[in-house]
Amino acid sequence: MSPAMNVVGRSVPRSDGIGHVTGRTQFTTDRSFPGLLHLKIVRSPLHHARILGVDLSEAERVPGFVRALTHADVPHNVYTILGLIGVEPEEEFVLAEDRVRYKGEPIVAIVAESEDAALEAVARVKLDLEELPAVFEVEEALRPGAPIVTHWGNNTFMYEGHPCRRVRFGDVEAAFARADHIVEGVYNTKPIEQAPTETTACIAVPEANGRYTVYTNTQAVYFSLDNTAIILQVPGNKLHFVGGTVGGGFGGKVDVIVEPLATLAAMKTSRPVRYAFSRSEEMQVSSTRSAWRIYMKDGVMADGRIIARKVTSYADSGAYSRQTPYALTKHAANAAGPYAIPNVSIDAYCVYTNRQPSSAMRGFGITMASFAIEVQMDKIAEVVGLDPWSIHFINAYRDGDMKPHRKLVEDATLIETMQAAAGLVGHELPARFRAMTSARRPEGGV
Amino acid sequence: MGSKIVTFVLGGREVEVMVKPMTTLQAVLRYQLGYTAVKEGCRQGGCGSCTVLVEGEPVLACLLPAEDVAGQQVTTLESITPVDGLDPLQQAFLDASGFQCGYCTPGMIMVSKALLEHNPRPTREEILDALAGNICRCTGYEPIVAAVEGAAQAGAAPGAQRR
Ligand code: FES
Ligand code: FES
Repeated sequence: MSPAMNVVGRSVPRSDGIGHVTGRTQFTTDRSFPGLLHLKIVRSPLHHARILGVDLSEAERVPGFVRALTHADVPHNVYTILGLIGVEPEEEFVLAEDRVRYKGEPIVAIVAESEDAALEAVARVKLDLEELPAVFEVEEALRPGAPIVTHWGNNTFMYEGHPCRRVRFGDVEAAFARADHIVEGVYNTKPIEQAPTETTACIAVPEANGRYTVYTNTQAVYFSLDNTAIILQVPGNKLHFVGGTVGGGFGGKVDVIVEPLATLAAMKTSRPVRYAFSRSEEMQVSSTRSAWRIYMKDGVMADGRIIARKVTSYADSGAYSRQTPYALTKHAANAAGPYAIPNVSIDAYCVYTNRQPSSAMRGFGITMASFAIEVQMDKIAEVVGLDPWSIHFINAYRDGDMKPHRKLVEDATLIETMQAAAGLVGHELPARFRAMTSARRPEGGV
Repeated sequence: MGSKIVTFVLGGREVEVMVKPMTTLQAVLRYQLGYTAVKEGCRQGGCGSCTVLVEGEPVLACLLPAEDVAGQQVTTLESITPVDGLDPLQQAFLDASGFQCGYCTPGMIMVSKALLEHNPRPTREEILDALAGNICRCTGYEPIVAAVEGAAQAGAAPGAQRR
């Protein structure tokens, strides 16, 4: 008998369950504060344009208008979310300066006594824009002569001086030359909006002690706090972020979009300020999962062994990279899949276009790799004339195998998982697959 | 057009509010009266998170001008929560884990409440039909349907025992 356990193997009531079924859970915009102001954004109506002028005169006359914020009000206007972990360069504009790079990019923030007044004032801001050619497609963005999206370089994020994240393992070309079959595929995926049921929102409240309390539904409270401190150039201890209650995120609430401007507005007005996305902002402006294009080429032997894989992937990060460079790194580490392939070459590009920025969404970078890899596995099965089960068992990685990005496989369970899955769907596996385990291969074994 | 006073019955209690023309019932309930169980997933009639009962029928509070409920009975999730413990339908959502983030939950419970009042023994099809206007991005709906089925089996609706 194993010792009695209090949690493992039991259903434990959720601490927030009663709040959810009674409606007493306080989500961000369920809070109200005396004197609350509302912040709304003037957004670019064009995908790519030079900003020649911004005229606030009519907006300022709207009853209830309190003030406008432009880039000149933002202490550190150009930032990069992942700057916290050393990612460079700083590239995203809290409020646009001389150019907008995607439709919906924030140009001016309007603070007003009511939401209606804020929207009315937003509608009365006059923008003088000169439209520029735009690019919406990863490979077009890499062609010579394509419109350049970034202010600091070309249309690729740079990984330690390289335009892509690279993995090199063994000798792919030599392996292709001796392979019995070459199997190729191109895999395209579209952007997906995380579409949380509660939209992105925060309320920033000035406190008597000189600090600011920021109620937020961010999924990443310290990312938000630290980036806000950088953007506003205040010490972190000036900010008290209250998070934890998130009405759905799925990666859509890890960027730092609403907190810096709401906090800045609270500083400038000494009043609580609410900045909440409308449903259309959530869908059309907030970051999505990236669109991907993945080229995959495998060298396969007649017995079903994959001996080489070459991958070229492009993720469309939109106008700013946000968390996408990290998605590509994860992608590159996983594009060989849970398979033992001795020769692998991967180039993974984070590409800038004039689409709304993309960022995190559930398993980002890896989900797309898995989609491509698993379709590819079925194709391989067809070409060599084996069933897909066999291809998976033959190529499954084991403990102690070296992965292409130089990490040893530990605690592998692919074989056992497939055996269990076969059992559940009533598929009779041949004896040699039933006998397989993920245990380390014998010395010198393959 | 100026504001006017609108009187209605909220959870059995008469309330009087000063309302600007075209202000939604959702805005009045959330921001004038503090009934924040009425959620605001879209404010355009697309998600069901703002569902309340007007005269016992489920209504999207984000699409209804508050003036339209003058003299009527309005019920929100706050109003069906007993002083002690939970309504059997709330208990069923808790038991079946009919939520993850919880943002759709008030709307889901209000729609289910109306369904069970009218039809204490709904079929699975009838439950799906009743919930069709409510979006849940988290659960995949199965635990929500299970919660409503569980509530129906436990006789959550007042009419249930009588049949
Ligand atoms: S908020 Fe009313 S339907 Fe979405
Ligand atoms: S539980 Fe999150 S939307 Fe339903």
